[in-house]
Parts: sequence; C-alpha cells; structure tokens
Amino acid sequence: MLFLLAAFGIVALLLPALTPRLGTKVFVVAALPAIAVTVYAAVLSPTVLGSGGRSGRDVVESVPWIPQLDLTLDTRLDPLSWLMTLIVGGVGALVLLYCVRYFTRDEAALGRFAAILTAFAGSMYGLVVADDVYLLFIFWELTTVFSYLLIGHYTRRRASRASALQALLVTTLGGLAMLVGLVLLSQQAGTSNLTELIAAAPSGPIVTTAVALVLVGAITKSAILPFHFWLPGAMAAPTPVSAYLHAAAMVKAGIYLVARLAPGFADTPGWRESLVLLGVVTMLVGGWRALRETDLKLVLANGTVGQLGFLITVVGFGTRDAALAGLALLLAHALFKSTLFLVVGIIDHDAGTRDLRRLSGLGRRSPVLAGIAVLAALSMAGLPPTFGFVAKEAVLTAFLDAGLDGEIWGWVALFGVGLGSILTVAYAARFVWGAFARKPGMADTEVELAEPAFLASPAILAMIGLLLGPLASLVDGMLAPAATGLPAAVGEDEIVATGAHLALWHGLEPALGISAVTLAAGIGLFLTRDAVARLQQALTVEFSAAAGYRHTLHAVDRSAARTTAFIQRGSLPSYLGIILLVLLGTAGTALAFVRDWPDGVLPFDSLTQVIVGVVMSVAAIAATVAAKRFQAVVLVGVTGFGMVVLFAQQGAPDLALTQALVELVTLVAFVLVLRRLPARLGTKNGSSFRIGRALLGIAVGTLMAVVVVVALGARIAEPISVEFPDLAYELGHGANVVNVTLVDLRGWDTMGELSVLIAAATGVASLVFLSSRSDRMPDFARRSGRGLAKSHPQQPIDEGDRGAWLLAGRTLAPRNRSILLEVVVRLVFHALIVVSLYLLLVGHNAPGGGFAGGLVVGLALVARYLAAGRLELAAAAPVHAGALLGSGLVFATLTALVPLFFGVDALTSTWFDLDLGWFGKITFVTSTLFDVGVYLVVIGLVLDVLRSLGAEVDRQQEEDERNGENVDSGAQSDVRGDIEAAEDASGGVPTESTEPEAAR
Amino acid sequence: MTVSLALLIPMAVLYACGVYLLLEKSMTRVILGFLLIGNATNILLLITAGRPGSAPITDGGSEEPYSDPLPQALILTAIVITFAVSAFLMALVYRSWKLAREDQLEPDAEDLAISTRAGARAETPEGADEDTDFQSDDPLDSSDLDPVLQGAGRQDEGRSATESAAQADADASAESGAEGPKP
Repeated sequence: MLFLLAAFGIVALLLPALTPRLGTKVFVVAALPAIAVTVYAAVLSPTVLGSGGRSGRDVVESVPWIPQLDLTLDTRLDPLSWLMTLIVGGVGALVLLYCVRYFTRDEAALGRFAAILTAFAGSMYGLVVADDVYLLFIFWELTTVFSYLLIGHYTRRRASRASALQALLVTTLGGLAMLVGLVLLSQQAGTSNLTELIAAAPSGPIVTTAVALVLVGAITKSAILPFHFWLPGAMAAPTPVSAYLHAAAMVKAGIYLVARLAPGFADTPGWRESLVLLGVVTMLVGGWRALRETDLKLVLANGTVGQLGFLITVVGFGTRDAALAGLALLLAHALFKSTLFLVVGIIDHDAGTRDLRRLSGLGRRSPVLAGIAVLAALSMAGLPPTFGFVAKEAVLTAFLDAGLDGEIWGWVALFGVGLGSILTVAYAARFVWGAFARKPGMADTEVELAEPAFLASPAILAMIGLLLGPLASLVDGMLAPAATGLPAAVGEDEIVATGAHLALWHGLEPALGISAVTLAAGIGLFLTRDAVARLQQALTVEFSAAAGYRHTLHAVDRSAARTTAFIQRGSLPSYLGIILLVLLGTAGTALAFVRDWPDGVLPFDSLTQVIVGVVMSVAAIAATVAAKRFQAVVLVGVTGFGMVVLFAQQGAPDLALTQALVELVTLVAFVLVLRRLPARLGTKNGSSFRIGRALLGIAVGTLMAVVVVVALGARIAEPISVEFPDLAYELGHGANVVNVTLVDLRGWDTMGELSVLIAAATGVASLVFLSSRSDRMPDFARRSGRGLAKSHPQQPIDEGDRGAWLLAGRTLAPRNRSILLEVVVRLVFHALIVVSLYLLLVGHNAPGGGFAGGLVVGLALVARYLAAGRLELAAAAPVHAGALLGSGLVFATLTALVPLFFGVDALTSTWFDLDLGWFGKITFVTSTLFDVGVYLVVIGLVLDVLRSLGAEVDRQQEEDERNGENVDSGAQSDVRGDIEAAEDASGGVPTESTEPEAAR
Repeated sequence: MTVSLALLIPMAVLYACGVYLLLEKSMTRVILGFLLIGNATNILLLITAGRPGSAPITDGGSEEPYSDPLPQALILTAIVITFAVSAFLMALVYRSWKLAREDQLEPDAEDLAISTRAGARAETPEGADEDTDFQSDDPLDSSDLDPVLQGAGRQDEGRSATESAAQADADASAESGAEGPKP
C-alpha cells in the first residue's frame, strides 16, 4: 500500500513533463496508479473478505516514521477500506480516462491539472487505508488542499477562485477541529493507531468533546448542514473534478470517517441524535434546492448534498443493519452520481451549456447518452432493478426495524429519509427531463455529438450500478464484513456478525410499500413542477448559510483592516509603547495574584552601594532632560561606570574589568558618531507626550522592581551554579569560574554571542561603507610610512624632524595634532598589547579572559586612531576586520568540533602540562583556544567600529569638503567645541547664535 | 533570598529613565535609553546572584561563600552584546543622518500607507452563474486585484519607497527652518 502511495506521488510529479508530448493522452498515464490500487484491492479480496467459509483478515503494513513520537506509517486494508479503495480507485481511473476526451490539447495548465488530480486520488487512497489518526489527518488535509487547487483550476475566473477559497476555508475549519478531536481521542485511548483506538473505545466527557470535534470535521468535509454551501460553489471546478471529488471521493471522506468510528463511538452521547437530525435536514434542504436549480450541474450538486445527508443519517445510526445499508448506499451513490456528473460533462462539452432552460431534444439526438443517464437516475431514485433500489430498501428496513424496536430515532430517520426520497425521485425525474426531453415551444439544441469513446466511463459506471442490483446477494457477502462490529439494535452491547441481507426482492414487505409511496409522491411532485416552482418562489428564505459565510469573511476582512489601521501607525515609539503596555498588563495581572509576598528585603549591603546607587539614579534622571547630545552621553556613561563599582563591590572582578573597558569603547564610538550630528538634541518635535512617557517609564520601572522581589522570593531550588566551582576546577581545569563558564561549561552560549557580535560588526560596516566594505586602507606598512607622510603634506615636513612619534601623525592638520598625545600613545601602545595578552592567558585562573583582552587591544587601537587619524589606524592594524572576525569564529568552532573526533562531546576541554624550562611550568587548557577565538572576534568588532564610524566617516567628510559641499560645517566642528557648547548649555540658556548649525 | 534596596531602587530608576528615553523620537535618545535599560537589566541579573560574596575564583576546595558565577557569566555576555548592538544603532543613526539629515524617527511612510488603504477583500462566490465549463476566461478585471497589491504597484512606478521617504523627510526638515540643515 505504501508502495502504491509512492507511485501516485511519482506519477503526479512526472505528468507535467509528459503533457507537452502526450497531450490529453497524459490522463492514460495518470490513471495507471488508480488502476493499480483497484487491481490490488480486487486481488486481495479473498484475503480481506474471506472465502470458502474462512473469515478474512486485514492486510497491514507498518513502517516506523518518527519513533520518538510513536508515529508510524500504519496502513490497513480491512473490508471497509477495501470497499473505499475500489470506489476511489475504480471511479478515479474511469474519471481520469474520461478526461482524455473531455479536455483539448490546448487547455491551459493541463499538466498541472492532471498531476493534481492524480495526487488527489493518491491522497484519497491514503486516507482510506491509513490506520493511524495522524496519518489519516495528513491525507485528509492533503485532499482539502488538492481539492482547492482543482476547484480553482480556471484561475482566471473569479467564481473559480472564490469557490476554491470557500471550500478550502470551510473544510480546513472542520479539519482543524478534527485534529484537536483526534489528538484528544488518541491521548485518551493511549494510542494513535486507529484500529486500537476504536477497539479501546474510551468514554467520558473529554471523549464526548473529542468525538464532537471529529464529527465537525466529518460534516464539513461531507457538506452536511450548516456547512453544505461549499459543495454547490465547488461546481466551478471542471466537471470531471465534480464527478470524482464531489460525488465519489472527497465528500465521502466524512461518511467514511463516521462509518469507521461508529463501532467504537456510536453510543457517545449526542452522536446518533446530531447525525440523524443534521442528516435528515440536509437531505431535505439539498433535495428542495435541487428542484429549484436550472443548471444541471447544480441540480446534481444540491442532490449530492441531499444524498450525503441521507448517507450520514444511515451510517451514523449505529446499528449493524443500518451500517450495511449505509455501505450499500455509499457504493450506489458513488456509481450513479459520478455517472450523472460525467453525463453532464458530455452535454456541456457537446451543447456548450448545462442550463436545462436552453436544452431541448437532446434525448433524440443522443439516445445512448440518455440511456446511460436514465439508468443512473433510476438508481438515484431507487427504482428496481438498480442497486440504488437495493440500498434504499435496506435503509428503510433497517430504520423501520429500529423504530419497531422502540427506538424513537428510528422513526425520525425513517420519516426524514422517506420525505427526502420523495424529493430525490422528483429531482431525478427533473434532471432527466431537463437534460433530454423535447420541451414545448423550443427548437432542438444544436449539438456536436461526441465520439463513442467519450461515453465509455459513464456507461461502465451505469452498467455496474444496474448489474449490482440482481447480484445483490453477492454484494451482500462483500459488504457484510465491513458492517460487523455494531450491535443489532440501538443500545445493545452485543455485537452481531449477521443480520439483514441485501437483496433485490425481499417479498412484499413494508419497506417496499414505503418505496412505492415515495415514488408516487415524487412523480407527483415532478408533474406539478410549475406549482412547485411558484411555491419555491414564495418561500424564498432570506438567510442562507452561504450568506453567513460571506458576512463572516467580510467581517474578518473589515476587522483586519481596522486593526491594521489602528495598530500600524508607522511610529516606533507607539509600537514600543504598545509592547510595554502589554508587558505591564500581563506581568501586572500575574503580580496581582501573588499571595505570599517575600520578606527578604534589606536596605543596603554596604554604604558604597548607596552612594553609587544615588549617583547612578541622578545621572540617569539628568540624562533624560539633557538638551545636548554629549551631555546626555556622558551622563549615561556615568551610570555605566557606576556599574563597574557595583560589580566590583559585589564580588565580580571580571564584570568590573569588562564593563570599564566596554564603557570606554562605547563612549569613543558615541563621540565618533555624534561629531557629525548637531550638538542639540532634537527639539523640533522630539519631546512630545512627556508626561505619558514618564508615567509609562515609572510604571515599567516599578513593575520590574516588584517582579525582582517576587521572583527572588519565589526561589525554592538550589541554583545549578552551586556545582559550578567544582565543575570548573575539575572539568574545566581553571580557577576563574566565570571564565571557565564562558569558554567551557556554557561554551555554546558564547558561540551564540560570537555570532551576534559578528553580525553586529558586519552590520555596522555595511551601514557606513556605502559602496563596498573597503576597509582596504592604503598600503601602509611601516616601511612605506615615511613616504605616505610625504604624500600627505598637510604639515610641511621638516627633514631634520626625528620626533615623529607616530607615523601618520604628520598627515593630520596641525590644529588637530597633539604631540603630547602622540608621545603617550607611542609609549603605552605596546604595553597595552602585552597587557591584553596577559589578560587573555591568565583569564582561566584569574580575572581577565578573551573579552577583556580583546577590549584592551581595541582601546589601544582607539588610542592610535585618536592620536594620529585614520591612516595611523591602518598602520596599527594592517588586517581586515572581517578576517579577524572570521578567524576568531574559526578558532572557536574548531575548539568546539575537535573533541568530536576524539569521541567526546563538542566543546569538551582537556589540558596539558607544559614545561617551559626557564619560564617554569604552565598548564595549558584547550579551552584557552576558544578564548583566543573570543579575543579575535572582540578585536574585530572594535576594529570594525573604528574603521566604520571613525576612519570611513573621516574619509566621507574629507570627500564632502573636497566636493565643496560644505553642508556639514556646523556638525563637523570638532569634539572639543561641542563639549564646550554642552557646558555652556548647562550653564545658561543657549541662544540660537551659539548653535553650530546656525553657522550654516 | 534577600534583596538590597540600594540595588533595587537604582535598577527601577534606570528602567524608568530608559523607557522614557526609548519612547523618544530622537534616535540618539533611543540609543541612550537602550543603554540605560541594558544597565538596569545587568543590575537585575546581579541582584539574582544574591548577597555580595568573594570573587568566584576557586582553589579547588575552600568552602568560602562565592558570589554566584552563573549570573556573572550571563552579565559578561550581555555587556559585550549591548556594546555591539549599540554600535549598530549608532551606525544606523549616522546612516540616517547621512541620507536624510535627520535624527528623528519619523512615522514610516509605508506603514502609514498600509493603514490608510482599504483592506483587501476576499472573494466570495456570489453572482457567479456560468452554465458551462467551456467558456472564455473572464477578462482580467483590475477591481479583482488585491487593493494592497495595487497600491504597491503605484509606489513602484515612482521612486522607491526609501527614496521617497527620505525625500519627504528632507522636505519636512527644510520647511521647519531653524533646526534642520539648509540644503
């Protein structure tokens, strides 16, 4: 079975490629898998159904799929699946062969259509043989998706697209409900295997809910009220699709599921009541509407809705005889309804219309076609000797017996299907009359008669429907095994193997009388069709389910548009504000339910804390009202340096060290950017909603404080980090627990962080370097330095001047140069590099490590750049920042991966004792190499920031000046000037004239 | 666990000031708010480490109370990432200034355009009465198209969205006179 399923998929994939060569003959290839499953099922008939007194056994295949989730590809061919496979495969093959004549070679997207129809047939086959609820659900949804694509085949027609969407939305809604139901059921039963689940047949309130949800899925798929409206809409599909999906296959999926579950769940509260009621009402509504339609296809579609209601009533009833009758009816319906659809397709093909008001005299022109249609219609109306009659008799008998047993729902069902059958007879007659009769006052419709081969598929189906009637006892033996598992009467527990039999002639029984009455009444209804039409006109109902769908859809559209308009303000502050309000709402609500407030609050740990805390708070508040950029930046920096003290005081030397270094680098980066911006912070319209923002800020701050108190008070478990010191010492072989945590114990976190750093560094570079990441500075090696200095004669070169402390110093304008700074930088640069290496190497055992070391190198580079400009930076770091970032990541990754080759987990470290002779012994831990990676990435990050925000911004500025676009003259005034301006501002009210911008 | 108010209150103040700045329209202030919130969060992590202890540098056996190393490792990561992200934000500010001479967060033109457009309408099958499969296709009616897509189409005809937004910003700042740079 799994092999056949794969065959459907492979053939479907090949079809589009074959179509240009084969034209419409491609459908012959498409039919092959469907023929194969039919033959396969037929060959297995003796095994599955039993033969010669031996009872049958199911054919089971099972392939593990996701063992961790207990998911298996379980398939099972039991008598019910066997019947469904024959219908799905047989009708599918005939419909596909019919397509050869139906379409023409120049049909748009023919290959796609053939592929999807084949894939649909495969999904349908999978659905009926799946023996796992999740597998079943997957095929169920696949049929939904393929049906969407098939209904929407005419992509250029609005009706086609809209109907496809409608069918998709309705059936997916049901499918989702069903999924929830299936999950609940499999949880309750403890298995997702369908057979085991039905055998377990759990019960209880949860199971009742679950079964109800599954039934929602079934009735949406099978177009039962109130979800019936998608099926007439789906008639926008090409007629072969209607013949297959909407008569034989997909709409039967819901019926199949109900039949499948009935042995286990028919006694679930609400099952019988809801299915019988909905089924009967659907049968009446469908039949009534079918009498009103003028498009033959819509007559059939509404008739199908009615028949599906009929089927669900019978199959859902839950007795053995009703189940047998339901299966017979299922088979009969598949045969006659697909025949009739195919006949309509031929009429449409030949006459160019399906409107019964425009068709006349077709029966005389095409008697064979008319004969086929009459046979199918007889079966639909339930007249002997067709199989439809056999099925209907069995249904009526089953309901009558149940009613006589005292089951009230038996009478309801009998009465309902009796009324429905009257309507069925009437619209069957109306269909034949409408399609083939010569109508008074109308000329015969012009038709181009089809070639005989076109009639083959409907003819075969109609003949089967006719032949099965006399062969009813044979069919009985085939269907009866599928109907076992249900009690003989409602409410009984005992499962019976046998009961009523299918037969063409049961004798003069009450059911025959009911049949005769419905037949007479139905013909009467047809003969008085003009009066009926007037009555229908008068009884037009304002509300319909389709209108409900339309209103729902438009309401969703409208509310989506309104929500978007309301939310999508385009303003970052309002987006952030909404996020913060949600935070306040959710976390605040949670806090409102906190009952035991912790009491572990003490004023302070030390006086230092208090002083630093006050300074930080004041600085933060001052930063919010600062009018000048640099003022605000420095104030925020104060809070950062406050953090340094807090860290140190709390027993975190690594943090204090890193925070101090980062704070310096951040300050430098800020200054580098802000020198290009006006000194004053935006006053144009920047500070709006001050009070609202302040209130929100205070609320968030308070909330966070309370969250911290509550969260800490709620802590009950020992922190996992209690183990960390021992782990660090024994596994990581390092004394500095924080560093070992970073490079070893939680090395994956650091890997992630390195990726973030690289992404950010690359982002900075790509934002600033406009054309390419040209951090290729002029070749500025030490040897050529003097030459370069000569080529940048901003300062006349004094040949006797040997006091060039930094090579590129002379490239700066004299007013920007500080010899003192150059001297200091020259003296400390190498010392800083040594310090950084020291920090890197001792980090494992003492405060330091890759982060701190890398930042020290970064600061050394900052110093070189600030002292002598961008060319000096190129001389100090003659490498690409990208190369540093990349090699750092390579180092870290290799350290992570190499242990895998030794059969241990990634990032596992080991150590070697190295005897360095004169220098003494050192212990080298491999995770130090990881730290080297961190070191390189951090250097790369700082270098990228300097190159981008420093050197490249300088270069762009110089370029602007050369181009004479003096637009930046205000903003470019050097840092010192801005800081003075900031100080002025804090001293007194600045006037416009002191603004650098005013110079422009 | 006990909480020191001397840490808790500055944390709350930093959060409050950070949020206040974050909701500003000036991008520089947004970055500053981001930094303050970063610092506040680091204090939060620090508080979870408990009372002050000695530095978590072990000698393999001593039982003296270390301060919790795990929050410290998290904070160390956070410090460096905050730097990287704020560098990125600064580059954004510079870029915005370079392109539009603007340090203000102006409402996003595309976002606003979406909100003012009529919402898309899903098609429903009403009014479709064909009585045959064998008809010519409907002419492609532009009213069938998603209005949002149509709007996007119009945008594309002119300048690209970014260009037009930048231009609009430049126009606005030119009109505002005193503060904005004169082109």
